Amino acid sequence: MSWLPRRCATSLLLIWVVASVVFLAIRLVPGDPAELLLSQGGVAPDPAAVSELRTQLGLDRPILAQYVSNLRQVLTGDLGQSLQDGSSVSEQITLRLPRTLELICAAALIAVVLGIPGGLVAATDRNGTFDHVSSYAAALAMAVPVFVVGTLLVLLFAQYLHWVPAGGYVPLARDPVRHLTLLAMPALTIALGLTASVFRMTRAAVLDEQRRDHVRTAWAKGLTRRRVLLRHVLRNALMPVVTVFALHLGTLLGGTVLVEYVFNYPGLSGLLVEAVNARDYPEVQGVVLVISVLFVALNLAVDLLYAVLDPRIRHA
Amino acid sequence: MRFVRRGPAIAVAAIASLAIAVPYLPLANPLHLDIAHRLAGPSWAHPLGQDEFGRDVLTRLLWGARTSLAVAGGSALLACVGGVLLGLVGGFWRGVPEFLALRGMDVVLCFPPLLLALLVVTLIGPGAATLIPVLAVLYLPGFVRVTYAGVLTVCAQDYVEAARAVGARPGRIMLRTILPNVAGPVLVQVSLAAASAVVLESGLSFLGLGVVPPAPSWGLMIGSARATMVQAPLLLLWPCAALSLTILVMNALCDALRDWVGGQS
Repeated sequence: MSWLPRRCATSLLLIWVVASVVFLAIRLVPGDPAELLLSQGGVAPDPAAVSELRTQLGLDRPILAQYVSNLRQVLTGDLGQSLQDGSSVSEQITLRLPRTLELICAAALIAVVLGIPGGLVAATDRNGTFDHVSSYAAALAMAVPVFVVGTLLVLLFAQYLHWVPAGGYVPLARDPVRHLTLLAMPALTIALGLTASVFRMTRAAVLDEQRRDHVRTAWAKGLTRRRVLLRHVLRNALMPVVTVFALHLGTLLGGTVLVEYVFNYPGLSGLLVEAVNARDYPEVQGVVLVISVLFVALNLAVDLLYAVLDPRIRHA
Repeated sequence: MRFVRRGPAIAVAAIASLAIAVPYLPLANPLHLDIAHRLAGPSWAHPLGQDEFGRDVLTRLLWGARTSLAVAGGSALLACVGGVLLGLVGGFWRGVPEFLALRGMDVVLCFPPLLLALLVVTLIGPGAATLIPVLAVLYLPGFVRVTYAGVLTVCAQDYVEAARAVGARPGRIMLRTILPNVAGPVLVQVSLAAASAVVLESGLSFLGLGVVPPAPSWGLMIGSARATMVQAPLLLLWPCAALSLTILVMNALCDALRDWVGGQS
């Protein structure tokens, strides 16, 4: 059973490499970050201010010393201070990460609730009306980029019909109803493409599974249609669907950027875009690092789950 | 022998040739400002109307296709060349090159795609010139893995052994013997990368971090039309429709190519 420790060690190694890449990337930019930060609109910055900022950022020390102290800081959970207002980057992230996770979970819930039954029904009704209509709808839903969906939803439901506000965020504790109304549009926007992909994967997996011998045996035993489809077909078909879906959720960690921007939703990716626009290096570094660590951890979790569900992997 | 389904291929070819022909078509200047007629509706001179600076929307839409496809095609081809070389070398020689190629790609895959693009754009600054290499890096792992897997299968075949026995150099074996046999999956990967690059390019441009204004790009057009969406909803709908339609036909081409390659082997 050396598979598990080896897999965990690889993940830790990857996280270390990611932290180093992010650290180095920022130091390898042509030009001095301090000078870049201070020069706005082509005006050469004051040399005194530049050297002060260099000291503040620790850029005047040897790169190896910077790297070691940076790693040590990161390990203790300290991601440095924002250059914009001096606030703690870790605090900003702990404030905003749950909002993004809530958004992703809401979208994932919608996608699973609609996509999996949809895929099952389409597969059992192969070449029927529902199959054709839903397959075309899914192809269409996958072709429209999220920011287009979001913008069109705002135009329709906020500007024309005035059903919901165009965007924003209210904490759950302050006003639960408004919180959920504001969550609904961005969640639906993300869910549209996600549902389509869950639908397509489920449909393909079920079609594949239906041809298997054990399913024929289950029919031959005289089991009810419901039992064959749910216990024998769907249960096996969902294995690959769950894996791909979980990996898909990982890419959403960075992929909510556009949706949060469209709906003015103050999540983690919104923080990233603000930081990018303000060239706030510590904040960009912190957010990218946290998201990448979550991403690696999610990949590990998927692998572990898969190993639990399918013993062949463990012994491979 | 099966053929690629014709519909999607023709549609993509049509969009691509339109994008290539744009500079030679009798169109208005995409950068010509006409503030007096800002947000004007469709007319004979401007069939799709004018934008918030009075620029002709039809012209900008067509030039936008050129930008999107240039970025998509450029990054997909760059990733293809780099990824195929890495995959070939890694799969053929194994050992250290294999380790470097595959583990290097694992590092790239640690970042959600949009995030990596944002990081690089922060560091280097936006623009089509940065966008192409950045997107190419994002799609590199796909090409490396597909090529590597193909090379491992092909290398075990007798004809590769035969080429070795005849005394062919490694370079010749890789390019003349192995490469043609892994071309199918690589081609599918090119179509997937290009379709995905159109989505990413438009998204980054929408955020103002991709193509730099005033260059026409669908993402930028959608982004700037948001401010006037109530007065001029059409201004928003044209680029949305163009972008979605392009992605739709490109996705269809990906599916068709995949079926075709799958049916061949």
